[in-house]
Amino acid sequence: MEYIVIFLPLLGAFFSGFFGNLIGNKFSQILTSAFVSISAIFSILIFYNVLTNNYESNLIVAKWINSGALNVNWSIKIDALSSVMLVVVTFVSSLVHIYSIGYMSHDPHKPRFMSYLSLFTFSMLTLVTSDNFLQLFFGWEGVGLCSYFLIGFWFKRETANAAAIKAFLVNRVGDFGLALGIFLIFYMCGTINYDEVFQQISTLSQSELNFVGINLNPINLICVLLFIGAMGKSAQLFLHTWLPDAMEGPTPVSALIHAATMVTAGVFLVVRCSPIYEYSPLALALVTIVGMTTALFAATIALVQNDIKKIIAYSTCSQLGYMFFAAGVGAYNVAMFHLFTHAFFKALLFLGAGSVIHSFKDEQDINLMGGVNRKLPYTYVLMLIGTLALTGFPLLSGFYSKDAIIEFAYLKGTNLSYIAASVGIFTALLTSIYSWRLIFKTFHGKYNNPNVSINEIHESPAVMIIPLMILALGSILIGLIFKDLFIGPDSFNKFWKSSIFLINPLSTEHPPLWFLLTTPIIVTFSIPFTFYIFVKKTKIPSLIAEANKPLYNFFKNKWYFDELYDFIFVQQSKKIGLFFWKKIDGSIIDKFGPDGISLLIKKISNKAVKFQSGFIYQYAFIMLLGFSVFLTILIIN
Amino acid sequence: MNFPILSSLILLPLIGSFFIFFNKSSEKNRTIKYVSIFITFSNFLLALYLWYIFDKTISDFQFIEDREWISGLINYKVGIDGISILFVVLTAFITPLCVISVISTIKYRLKDFLIAILIMESLMIGVFCSLDLVVFYLFFEGGLIPMFLIIGIWGGERRVYSAFKFFLYTLLGSVLMLVAIISIYWIAGTTDVQELYKIGIDQKYQNLLWLAFFSSFAVKTPMWPVHTWLPDAHVEAPTAGSVLLAAILLKMAGYGFIRFSIGLFPVASEYFVPLVYVLSIIAIIYTSLVALMQDDMKKLIAYSSVAHMGFVTLGIFTMTQQGIEGSIIQMISHGLISAALFLCVGVIYDRRHTRQIKDYGGLVSVMPKYAILFMIFTLGAVGLPGTTGFVGEFLILLGAFKKSFIVAIFASIGVILSAAYMLWLYRRVVFGKIVNADLKNIVDLNKSEKIILWTLAIPSIFYGFYPEPIFNTIDVSINSLIQTYNANLDIYFAGKN
Repeated sequence: MEYIVIFLPLLGAFFSGFFGNLIGNKFSQILTSAFVSISAIFSILIFYNVLTNNYESNLIVAKWINSGALNVNWSIKIDALSSVMLVVVTFVSSLVHIYSIGYMSHDPHKPRFMSYLSLFTFSMLTLVTSDNFLQLFFGWEGVGLCSYFLIGFWFKRETANAAAIKAFLVNRVGDFGLALGIFLIFYMCGTINYDEVFQQISTLSQSELNFVGINLNPINLICVLLFIGAMGKSAQLFLHTWLPDAMEGPTPVSALIHAATMVTAGVFLVVRCSPIYEYSPLALALVTIVGMTTALFAATIALVQNDIKKIIAYSTCSQLGYMFFAAGVGAYNVAMFHLFTHAFFKALLFLGAGSVIHSFKDEQDINLMGGVNRKLPYTYVLMLIGTLALTGFPLLSGFYSKDAIIEFAYLKGTNLSYIAASVGIFTALLTSIYSWRLIFKTFHGKYNNPNVSINEIHESPAVMIIPLMILALGSILIGLIFKDLFIGPDSFNKFWKSSIFLINPLSTEHPPLWFLLTTPIIVTFSIPFTFYIFVKKTKIPSLIAEANKPLYNFFKNKWYFDELYDFIFVQQSKKIGLFFWKKIDGSIIDKFGPDGISLLIKKISNKAVKFQSGFIYQYAFIMLLGFSVFLTILIIN
Repeated sequence: MNFPILSSLILLPLIGSFFIFFNKSSEKNRTIKYVSIFITFSNFLLALYLWYIFDKTISDFQFIEDREWISGLINYKVGIDGISILFVVLTAFITPLCVISVISTIKYRLKDFLIAILIMESLMIGVFCSLDLVVFYLFFEGGLIPMFLIIGIWGGERRVYSAFKFFLYTLLGSVLMLVAIISIYWIAGTTDVQELYKIGIDQKYQNLLWLAFFSSFAVKTPMWPVHTWLPDAHVEAPTAGSVLLAAILLKMAGYGFIRFSIGLFPVASEYFVPLVYVLSIIAIIYTSLVALMQDDMKKLIAYSSVAHMGFVTLGIFTMTQQGIEGSIIQMISHGLISAALFLCVGVIYDRRHTRQIKDYGGLVSVMPKYAILFMIFTLGAVGLPGTTGFVGEFLILLGAFKKSFIVAIFASIGVILSAAYMLWLYRRVVFGKIVNADLKNIVDLNKSEKIILWTLAIPSIFYGFYPEPIFNTIDVSINSLIQTYNANLDIYFAGKN
């Protein structure tokens, strides 16, 4: 069963990638969608099996690297954690596959697109089912690669190519941290298989490590390095710059990769390594700080963006921040819960946005939309559901997971976690504002697009709407159904078991009522407020922007990260490269090396040539001279 | 086991080259084409057979042939162990591909080119088999001559300059190595490698001898700062020349480090480890940055070769099982991938006669098959998991991390940079819109190009997922190499205290 789940998507990718032209567009679309759907069904079966029978297994597929003490296998590990991920990945992926049949209907490269999607699914599955750090790394880079392919899918666009490379490189910086973390784990533990590593952690936490002259706790260092990897993949502050640019890819890609699955790999990594993180309060504090800062920071940017996809991208960034700070306060299961619910409503929002963009003939600027709620009734309602779920409107799925994060942060009871909880509440307000701004500017007010007449706007085909409906259903119900299982008081005994490790069990108390009510109230009341300023009195936002020009520009330009990085890294590397090449290779090594030597030889031989003058008297004279010098030396000795 | 299989491997191409030399063939050169393909391909099969019957469980040399050559002085002695066999197979694998590529692209003096390649194959296999320092030296330096001719005769505009630069650099190192070999004879009384392993070389001479060998190997690797011949040689060499140079010639030095520097001079090797680390790291970062700025595709790949070989030298001198095994895999991987990348450049050079990156762009629209293969090799060069490049780099860095954190961290930066220059290259050449109108009529890969490139792509992916056959072959030999090395050091340090 596990083999089917993992390898069917690969098979689909293979067939539609290499024989796409042979089997035709239609068939490769159906084939890949069917394969991934079957994989999704089996994933749900596995999940159900884990749920009811506490099923756990670890299959060894083949040997991989076997060098000295390093023994790594290709493996399929199933436990509560990976079964949740299996469901998220295959389920969303199958819907995105089906949706893409409609969305990419005008694209000439359909088999290639489907092949990439399936290949991505396969890589993501190898990532989550790994029983060791190396296969995780394989999946990690594999999903990065597919992301690179898919962002740059429209290869004729310069911006898409640039975004693809940027995504790959920024991720490589993160991977650099992850790789060093894996090296350090191997150095300390002599193995990189999860189970064997996790067993040794408690003894290791007593030891010290001399790292580049500084004595450190190895556990802290491992955790920080792994977290750098997680930051890269999950687009956390400092390594987030690739995610908004990644929106250059087709929208189904954004939904699958840059919302529901790949970007959550970082959260998955931290949760998977809970047995390590639990021994490092320092690293957990770092995770909390980075998580909450990202949550806030990305939300501020999302407030002022005009590109519909970029708003949702920053929103994703912000929600990932939530997941991280949940993990940081030790509520790993809550982080996973938010990951689970987020996958549904964020995929819904992205695919809904795709439907809007599709109707507007590839327009993405929300200032050029508006007033189409009657024209796109299904899309409108579905996006509304997604937005309600995202903002945490009571009883929808985001409500259970997001509020639980804020509550657990509060219950943790440290200074840092109080700050995190307040940042969480404030960010929830911002989330609500930017989400409703998106909805109101897109669907309400008056129609603003000069390029496409309003009569041309029509609803997307059923093949696109049906997946959205399924996701919408999930966004409504998932929270209610799974809340006890994921975050209930005995969720650890019943479901998670050993897949998540805690030194101190989570608090089972409840926060005071006023605290519980704060977020829902804020969120609910922000809806009419947003409606008022973005639909009724549309001058207010621009007045606010005028009044706070510097702050507005700062947000608008995404805190100037791109400019800063371009100046520090890109330009300097190019300059240094040029200097090494022209000055050191050219002017120093070659000049004093081979060119210098050949020049020298040429000069000497030019001189030497002059000795061969052909005049016998000159030769005789030299001979005589030499003879007398020789004689003199003999006599002196 | 009396059949002299190693000598057959060495001699078969040589005999083939004689045959071609004396063949008065017709205008079309059909006979010599078939003969050269047949000879190199059977040699490859023979090498595969050798790998098959090779006993992977013992660390000693196998298939030894020992014949008296100059009485009492030098014996013609060949033999292989787990370290050398894969290089023999690699050489025998790459050469037929080169021959196919040459036959379909070279028009001028084809016969001579084929002779050069065949002789080259003989000499290269000889290098990896020889168990006598003098014999090794002859093969090692002999290899220069065909390469020198290939660049000098079939090269580009500045071929003479490049050929001389290549010759000057490599000769300089070689002379020192020759002196060292003669000294070893006077010190130890023999040049037989197996004997020398047993009796060891007096510690007081080791440092000087190590340096002499190092100067030769460093040039051929090439290590920074004696690398500047490589970009020039690659740029001017014809495609097949670049392939041979990158895939096999550069590997002789890495092999030399393992077999001779570590094997014969353990104490000196330990002493010079910091030097090698520093030079390797400079090579990795420096040449990666230089590669980033190249306008010429071949030069870019040449510089990336220097960076990749920097990983190799780093891995070898970690003296850990992972590091050395990683280096061997990295060398094989680089042999496949850089060869393929040079062929990829050759493909479009043959069509457009320019190697400037700016003259291309948008090739994916007109050459989709080419785009796929070029992408596979680009990813291999980037060291993506699932290619041999990853297995090599990962193990090397793992080994380096054991020895020095700081070295591993710096070397890991090279991994980021390699992604930068390769993907940027790919983007500028293959992606984007077609700007240059001449490119609209460019034709996709023909049959022989497809065969060659897929033949290189398949093993570089297969062994990325399943490198077990390689580990299996090298494991025992490397293990014993490291044990001997450590034992020698223990004796030395015990004597010192």
